[in-house]
Order: sequence, then structure tokens, then C-alpha cells
Amino acid sequence: MGERMALTGNKCASYGAALCRPDLIAAYPITPQSSVVEELAGLVYSGALDARMVQVESEHSAMSVVQGAAAAGGRVFTATSAQGLALMFEPYFRMSTLRLPMVMAIATREMTSPETIWSGQQDAMSVREAGWIQCFCETNQEILDMILQGYMLAEDPRVLIPVNICYDGFYSSHLMEGVDVPSQAEADAFLPPYGLPAKLDPREPRSLDPMTPGELLTKYRRSHLEAMQAALEVVEEVDIKFAKAFGRSYGGAIEAYRMDGADYALVTVGGMTGAAREVVDALRGEGLNFGLVKLRFTRPFPAARVREALAGVKGFAVVDRSVSFGWDAGPMYVEACAALGGLLAGKAHFSAIGGLGGADLSVAQLAAAARRLAGAEGAGRMDTLWLSEEVRQ
Amino acid sequence: MQELRLHGRGGQGLVKASHLVVKTAVETGRYGQFIPFFGVERKGSPVFGFLRLSGEPIRRKTQVYEPDVLVVLDDSLLALPATCAGLKPGGTVIVNSAREPGSLGLPPQAGTVAVVDATGIAIAEIGRAIPNTAMLGALARVTGLVDEAALLENIALEFGEANRAAALRARDGLRIVKGGA
Repeated sequence: MGERMALTGNKCASYGAALCRPDLIAAYPITPQSSVVEELAGLVYSGALDARMVQVESEHSAMSVVQGAAAAGGRVFTATSAQGLALMFEPYFRMSTLRLPMVMAIATREMTSPETIWSGQQDAMSVREAGWIQCFCETNQEILDMILQGYMLAEDPRVLIPVNICYDGFYSSHLMEGVDVPSQAEADAFLPPYGLPAKLDPREPRSLDPMTPGELLTKYRRSHLEAMQAALEVVEEVDIKFAKAFGRSYGGAIEAYRMDGADYALVTVGGMTGAAREVVDALRGEGLNFGLVKLRFTRPFPAARVREALAGVKGFAVVDRSVSFGWDAGPMYVEACAALGGLLAGKAHFSAIGGLGGADLSVAQLAAAARRLAGAEGAGRMDTLWLSEEVRQ
Repeated sequence: MQELRLHGRGGQGLVKASHLVVKTAVETGRYGQFIPFFGVERKGSPVFGFLRLSGEPIRRKTQVYEPDVLVVLDDSLLALPATCAGLKPGGTVIVNSAREPGSLGLPPQAGTVAVVDATGIAIAEIGRAIPNTAMLGALARVTGLVDEAALLENIALEFGEANRAAALRARDGLRIVKGGA
């Protein structure tokens, strides 16, 4: 039997990883992720977790070490944030393009400069073209659950792509709330042991990643993209399997909340979703037909499900906790528009940006975004709404 | 749902105390949530945190702007405008202070104000000027938002019997200087 405990988001990432029986963990501490590694190190050194813990001198080394272990067939884990992810980028990209499955937690954080250590999703969003699957969590329960689901997804023979489980720095990583922690037996029954189809073994020498000419490399890229699309189906399957095992379902690649017959929608990513649910309920109480689309997976982008969810609305706003420097908008707004294509015609829509660098994304701010939408029927693309303190008050 | 905001200084144990409240809420079948607000981390600098307690699942993961309850671990923080900002009319304030309540600059909209010398109690009971567990004893009595017996048990488990004694002494020795509890 599992146990209900009060846990921070970071502890949920640690416990989730430990329940997956990793062979090797290598990580370097960085705010706000540090306590993920500290907890795992404690579990290993106390004997509670039978895994190899490698202390490294940087995130570049952390990813390189887990890469080697994954190539040898191990189940591996690491975690990072912001500047650590930036330093890791070279082996990070190689990890996905080697098609080595693993799970890495990202306690998301704003990117410097100006200097900051606080929350924001710019780090994870900035590496969304590095070939990893990316999932964003709303609650601490979801963090723990998605680490378990992440391994099942990454290791599926139709996928073989590493997975990022992302959650908001501080607003989730340091938030404490009640979580149902499965027992090891329950986790074992859900997640089978892992076997990589082709692995490095000194007794059977083979080469890994030789110099590859363009024609062949193109085939690798195409195969990776096709596996990404195949992963969308596997995400839904894993969600169903998880629900059968633990009684908790998250809806797969997106969650549509009160979208039946909705005229307007907020599209959210991560922890902001909880406050947005309250806004939707309050506006429904006023007779405004609002709903919510929670983007749970951003890579691969669940375009068909987003299109289906938003097809019937008169207007939508996408709330991003990061920016796309190319578009005067948030990145998930741009991608939602791309997913809708011709269905955008006649809708009011805009990008809302807030919660950068540790700033709050308050109920009042999300309500302000929603109300702007309700009064803008047929407006087409509207100016980007910056959710500043003035909007809140 | 009740929203609480805690104000203290680095080193006063605000985060650990809040964790114990959430743990107690969860263990007694209720819902609790705590988000610490980190500024520049150094001992003595103002720190605050957002605590929510409810019989229903708590969805918002945001800062607290209009607290039902303010817990102030250092009375010098009452002089900062941010400390009492947004307190709901009729709300509750619990202050750690050895000073005369009339001189504290308490927010006029408060309905209930409790004052306790938690630092003095901590020095007497645990030999260190860490007022967090004494303030928990006051919080449990004044607000009734958390199961007192379970909280006291968790204090003893986490920090030892001297801290339970500090919590009990604060619970019994606090002064309600406005309203009733």
C-alpha cells in the first residue's frame, strides 16, 4: 500500500525517480532543483536506494555520465534548471538524437540575464527543439506520477526518446502539499525492468555514433520525428495504464477542463493551471462559457488534440511563462496558432505572458486575461497581454 | 479555504514550521499547501511564506494577497508596509512580541490580535532564540485551523520535547489583545 505524505515538488521528483529503480544517477546541484539530487544522494548513501550515485563537476558532465550509462543499458536519472540546462546543452541534444531513453526532471527557472534564480519556463521552452519529449506538471502528485509514466513512455520500443518532466521552480519545486506515494511493489507492478535493444558491452564491442553523412543523417532525423509523433499515441496509452494501476488519469497529452460547449478558452502550461481552473469556474458562475486546455505535453506538440479542443471556441488566450523572441508572443501561443491553422479564422486570440523571473501568476491576472477575451468577439489576433502587477490590481 | 501569510526573518524557522502545519493537515485528512517566498537568502533578512488550509483540494499555486491570518515572527516587521498589506477586514494577527501591544502598529482592520513572547519562550524552553514552534502553539489555539494534538505531536517528533513544551507554553501564555478566539 502506498502512503499519503506532505511533500515538496522536488521531493516528489526524487521519490518518483527512486521508485523507478534507476541504475545510475548523476547530477549537479542548481537552484531550484538542488534538493532533488540531495534527497536522492541521501537515499543512496543510506542504503534505501540501490543505485550508483555519481558526483560530477558540472551539468555537462552529469548528462555525459548518464549518457554513457544509458548506452550500456542502464536506467538513469538526472535533474537540472536554467543555467545548468544551458551548460548541459551539448550532451543534452546528443542524448535524444542517440535515441537513448531516460527521464530528467527540470525545475523550471528563468534564464539570465538580468541575473535571476527564480521561476519561469524559459529554460525548458528554450530547448524544445533538442529532440526530447517534454511534459509540464500542475501538481506535486503529477510530478511523482509523471516520472513513473516518463520511463514507460521513454522506454517504449515505438518511442526510445528521453523525457523531461518539467515543473515550476519554487511555485512547485518548493511548494508542499499532500501526495499519495505508491509503494515499491505498486511501482514495480506498473513499470517493468528495462532492456535497451542494442547496448554497449566491452565483451561484444561495437561502435556508437560514427561520423554519419547527410543522406543517412536525414533518415535518422526522419525516424526521430516519426517516433515523436508515435509518442503522442503512447502518451495516451500510458495514461490509461497508469489510471488502471493507480486510479489517477491526467487526460494524456492535454487535459480539456469544462471545454464542452465552451465559447472561450484559456490555454495553460504547468502550475498556473490550478488558478486558471478557479477563474474558469468563477466565470461559468457568471454565465460566461469558459473552459481550459492544459497543455501537458509540449513536445511532441499535441496539435490534433489542441485543434479539436479549440475548434468550436469564439476566442482563446494562451498563457506563457516564457517568451518567444521571434514573435512578440509566448512560444505556446505561436504553436497553438500553428496547430489551429485555418480554424483561426473568425476567432479572437492573444498571447498572455506573465510569471517571469519569479513573478506570480495570480488568479486576478488570469481573470483579467479571460475577461479581455470575453469582450473581443471576432477580433482576430489581439496585442500580447503582459500580466504585470498593474493587471493584478 | 483559509489563506495565511507568515512573515519572519531568515533563521527563525518559518519554513520548517509551515511544513509541520501542512504535514499535520495532510495526516489528519485535510488539505494544506505552503509556498515559501525566497528573496536573497541570508540570515536576518525578511522572509515570508504562503500557507493555505482547507477541507477541499487547493488548486491555486499563487502568492497570498488577502490573508485571513497573518503570523508575524518578528515584531520589527510590522513597520514594513508589505507585512500587513491586504489583511482581510476582521482577520487574525498573531505576533511574536515582548512589547506593549499598543506600541506595535497593528493593522486597524484586524478582528483578532494575539501577542506572545515566542522568542522569550524559545530561549527559556529550548535555549535558542528560534520562535517557530512556540508560534505554532499560538497558531493552533487562536485559529483552530489545524488539529492541535496532532501538531504538538509532530513538533515533538521533528524538533524534540523542548519544542513541544515551548508550543504549549505559548498556547497557554498568549494574550488576546483584540477580539476573541
